[in-house]
Amino acid sequence: MVQAFYEAPAYHLILEGILILWIIRLLFSKTYKLHETYKLTEKEKEDLIEEWQPDPLVPPISKDHPSLNYDVVTGPPSHKIIINGKECINFASFNFLGLLDNERVKQKALASLKKYGVGTCGPRGFYGTFDVHLELESRLAKFMKTEEAIIYSYGFATIASAIPAYSKRGDIIFVDEAACFSIQKGLQASRSFIKYFKHNDMEDLERLLKEQELEDQKNPRKARVTRKFIVVEGLYINTADVCPLPELVKLKYKYKVRIFLEESMSFGVLGEHGRGVTEHFGVNIDDIDLISANMENAVASIGGFCCGRSFVIDHQRLSGQGYCFSASLPPMLAAAAIEALNIMEEDPGTKCCSVHSNLTPGLRLVGVPFAPALHLQLDRSSGSRDSDMQLLRNIVDYCMQRQVALTLARYLEKEERFLPPPRYVNVGGNHASWVGCSQRFQSDPWDELAKCKNSTVKAVELIVVAVPHTDQYDLQSNNNSRRTDKKE
Amino acid sequence: MLNHSRVTTSFLVLFPQNHSVPNNSSLYKKPFVESFEETPLLVAVLTYMGYGILTIFGYLRDFLRQWNIEKCHVAREREEQKDFVPLYQDFENFYTRNLYMRIRDNWNRPICSVPGAKMDLVERVSHDYNWTFEHTGKVVKDVINMGSYNYLGFAENIGACADAAVKATHKYGAGVSSTRCEMGNLDIHEELEQLVARFLGVESSMAFGMGFATNSMNIPALTGKGCLILSDELNHASLVLGARLSGSTIRVFKHNNMQSLEKLLRDAIVHGQPRTHRPWKKILIVVEGIYSMEGSVVRLPEVIALKKRYKAYLYLDEAHSIGALGPNGRGVVDYFGLDPKDVDIMMGTFTKSFGAAGGYIGGKKELIDYLRTHSHSALYATSMSPPVAQQIITSMKIIMGEDGTKLGADRLRQLSENTTYFRRKLRDMGFIIYGNDDSPVVPMMLYMPAKIGAFGREMLKRNIGTVVVGFPATPIIESRARFCISAAHTREMLDTVNACVFIQYVNTDYFKSRTQKSLRLVCKPVEHLLH
Repeated sequence: MVQAFYEAPAYHLILEGILILWIIRLLFSKTYKLHETYKLTEKEKEDLIEEWQPDPLVPPISKDHPSLNYDVVTGPPSHKIIINGKECINFASFNFLGLLDNERVKQKALASLKKYGVGTCGPRGFYGTFDVHLELESRLAKFMKTEEAIIYSYGFATIASAIPAYSKRGDIIFVDEAACFSIQKGLQASRSFIKYFKHNDMEDLERLLKEQELEDQKNPRKARVTRKFIVVEGLYINTADVCPLPELVKLKYKYKVRIFLEESMSFGVLGEHGRGVTEHFGVNIDDIDLISANMENAVASIGGFCCGRSFVIDHQRLSGQGYCFSASLPPMLAAAAIEALNIMEEDPGTKCCSVHSNLTPGLRLVGVPFAPALHLQLDRSSGSRDSDMQLLRNIVDYCMQRQVALTLARYLEKEERFLPPPRYVNVGGNHASWVGCSQRFQSDPWDELAKCKNSTVKAVELIVVAVPHTDQYDLQSNNNSRRTDKKE
Repeated sequence: MLNHSRVTTSFLVLFPQNHSVPNNSSLYKKPFVESFEETPLLVAVLTYMGYGILTIFGYLRDFLRQWNIEKCHVAREREEQKDFVPLYQDFENFYTRNLYMRIRDNWNRPICSVPGAKMDLVERVSHDYNWTFEHTGKVVKDVINMGSYNYLGFAENIGACADAAVKATHKYGAGVSSTRCEMGNLDIHEELEQLVARFLGVESSMAFGMGFATNSMNIPALTGKGCLILSDELNHASLVLGARLSGSTIRVFKHNNMQSLEKLLRDAIVHGQPRTHRPWKKILIVVEGIYSMEGSVVRLPEVIALKKRYKAYLYLDEAHSIGALGPNGRGVVDYFGLDPKDVDIMMGTFTKSFGAAGGYIGGKKELIDYLRTHSHSALYATSMSPPVAQQIITSMKIIMGEDGTKLGADRLRQLSENTTYFRRKLRDMGFIIYGNDDSPVVPMMLYMPAKIGAFGREMLKRNIGTVVVGFPATPIIESRARFCISAAHTREMLDTVNACVFIQYVNTDYFKSRTQKSLRLVCKPVEHLLH
């Protein structure tokens, strides 16, 4: 090799030498990055901290925001209600069975108060389980003919805690578009994939399920651990109609998805004994995996419950957030609920009567005939949500002066996924005001019913008189408004 | 080997570059004494070994169950749904099936009386190792209650509160059946909110039907995308859920550690949002007054100083501290002698010190007006039940002294005396107690898994009801028993509990060398008297 060194030509050696020197230089030179990273000096950091201005904690609210000033109710919120000093017939509370001022319920609540005090001072796990809770759970399970029931202390938290207990990240939930707000919060907390299908449209749901099935076939390993659920309501609070339960059960077995049914509005109201939409359709209750309802409507207490098979319900005792981390239901409210259940069981002939009257043009009634709560909608909108809300507010105020209490349905406009009514809505949609019908009156039932119907008719007639006949209201929309005269 | 670290925070080392936050000792008007002893090494090793053995047995049992050698009590899926995707993964339930089930009788104990200082438990037995329980029909009477959150003793069925609640039930009924926005706003709710605002010293307040829901429904109304939430490591599940539902970015700082919080604040403001580096819209610091699993009190003066320096907002959850801390019972703000206007959002619950149910938020009028129109609870959830609201009104008036008696002041004094006495006695006996010296929540460390079950059962045999907590509510080796002191406890009851806690073969006094021999000799004769 040394010989080759001597024999090589001069230019070759010089070239090699230059190359070696270049390599050495490259090895020892400082590296540089394409994008210069920067480090801030302390002074710059202090300046940034000084300059930063946060937004105000809450944006300012105008003084005449419709939801700002609540109507004040003095006295019991039963079917004769005193609002802002005026006595009205209450068409606005969800007091479907009229049990809010039932004497038996009150006496039981008082007896419980005298025995246990008011609060429970602890969650269910730490000496917050009272024997009334256990009794209420077993009574509910017996009433609904399921294996087990679990009680929550707040109606809103019931379905919002139940859904995330079963459905986790990676699972798939098919929900109806008109699902209520508490279901939406439960879905958000669960972090699963949410797929919405059009309201009560079984073909749309089947299409989504078929798509999912195709996806599953592509990836069977993942499909074996992905749980799928359908969440529907028995009686929708936003549209006052019923879900088609028999078709849903067929879809359940065909595509192997589980059904969660939310029955807040239909518990105590639908079905022969008040067991809800499963009894109404004659569906076997074991086919539904979980039924959740709140006790704040028909049962006239506070709280909520879930019922189903032990396999499903027992899981919530350790993983339902609103159950484990929250104080239990005050025992007097549980006792009131038990007594309300007793009353419901004693008198299974409770049926909801409908107050469909000759509604004059301008307003449309939305909902199935046997629903306990219905919507009155404007037939045509004036083009902006705010002015429609203002018009409905005027109608409500007018009715209250005539001693009929109605209320405007309130929604969080920015937070609702599909702002009711069920058609996909831009800002210029139709709006609704509630008409709730209390179906059991303590005194002479037919008398009160007639009075109720007359008041509604009168109120609605007056509404038409009061509403200025602007171009927006087309009197020929007679054909569109429903005229049903059924009375059961 | 026994590492003893007692941290007094009168002199805290500050983040070096920050010159504007004054030296901490001047922020505290009285010494702030908290202690979290480190786990002794031997105990830690033995605890891990204990869990290891239990896990092995768990696998063995699962194996036996699968091959039907052992009878399987676990509920099964329906026959018709056997080919559905399984609802639970086997592994998720391993802990529940094999560890929790064995000591399940320590939780969910049903009671059948007022949850006051003494309570009656429903006796239950299990013939199949805790898979199912039967009620024998007998009642265990006069069990000393160290588990309910009854700090001021308002869980009672006689007295002014109960009478007022009876009147309210007669007047209004038990339920409301409507939301606050619609027909559910009764005059009693308005009265309650004005009273709460006066009690806290804020401009206005709003009450909700459930404490958990107060957090999980109102934090999303206050923050959203583009905001930052700085939350303490050990915050309650409701705060965590509320923060997650809001959609903001969440960053966690070490428990009660002000340097960690300050570092996060500086980094957040200087660097802005991740990736885009846009400035944050709002920064919200979320802390609790008393942390119920640790018994620690938040370092509120320092948090407020940091908040003012960095222009963040403060959300204070006083679930356990309202009514329980402070010379006037007004919570942790009162305890430190600070101005309530410094805390932007004061939240609390009525379940613990007021003997009712529900939650509240207090603050400036603009904040409450905004919540009235935008809170999920006000628009969609039923309002509070009238007798519950009346109970809160009556008990709050008693605490404030507005009912004309000194009952409120007496109870507050009794609570703080009981707390100091109990903590001192337990510490002198050699037990490891966590938390602040003034907090009525007293966690006593057990560490080993077997001791959790043994302690709970042995205390029940001696007619004392305690709460024991293990994984997942606490870190895996730090299981503990938790005592909640109440103003309704008498000195004799506390002495009884103290004497019974020293159970010879359970051996939870880890600092034997610290106890003087004479004290231990005193305890032994007392224990003999009780058996």
